[in-house]
Amino acid sequence: VLTAAAMKSIGDLDEIRAHSGLKGAIRAVLTCPLFFAGVFFLALAFFSLLFALNHLNLSLVAPASASLTLVTNAIAGKIFLKENVDRRRWTAAVLVCIGVYLLAH
Amino acid sequence: MAHHKLLPRQYLILGLVSLCAPLGDTCLSRGMTTCRPSRWPIPARSSPRSSLPGSPGIALLIGFFASYLTALSWADLTFVLPATAFGNVIVALLSPASGCMSPSRWSAGRESCSSPLGVGFVAQGPSLTERPVRNRGPRRTAVAIGGAAAMTIPALRSP
Repeated sequence: VLTAAAMKSIGDLDEIRAHSGLKGAIRAVLTCPLFFAGVFFLALAFFSLLFALNHLNLSLVAPASASLTLVTNAIAGKIFLKENVDRRRWTAAVLVCIGVYLLAH
Repeated sequence: MAHHKLLPRQYLILGLVSLCAPLGDTCLSRGMTTCRPSRWPIPARSSPRSSLPGSPGIALLIGFFASYLTALSWADLTFVLPATAFGNVIVALLSPASGCMSPSRWSAGRESCSSPLGVGFVAQGPSLTERPVRNRGPRRTAVAIGGAAAMTIPALRSP
């Protein structure tokens, strides 16, 4: 969510790259403090994923983490990013919850 | 402005996101399963030979992160994640090589990827939430001019 907020505050990277090149796009990303907060939590999630992969099968870890990420991000996107999470996206989140339930059993 | 129709380049970015993440996870999984089991938060120690399968995984995940950031710059988070859920299918296809797949896990993988695909791609919903346009420079000027006019006009009218 922090990364998404950072990227929204930066703007369309394709347009920035068209105007000021790849270096300008990289500079725009690296000068955003919110981006580093997002990267910190992404790194934390990454090492947790490594730890989980060290003990569990990929076929369980990858869909479970991806699905739970999707559901929590739908809620957080609605609350914090004020995104228009319409009925289609909520339906997707609910169906993914069913998928996670099937994974656990 | 809502992007109801994505450009081919944007589809390519979403494709890269959904391809690089599962491939990277698969490579990392092979690399990590060759390591000794570790205790959190101490990282696993591995010989260079055993960490070789994980190296392309890290490169693929860097590619995933770059395309993910690009996608997030022009689409909502709640659009990008379901739209790239096809990666679960690739994980399910690649995982029998490294882990066992029960029928329930196959059905879970199908469930968790087919529903977002149906919602995200087939329905072709808007990729970005419409927000009021904030034209900082010109609007401030306009407000200032309007404010000045509002201040001056009554002053002129008053005796």
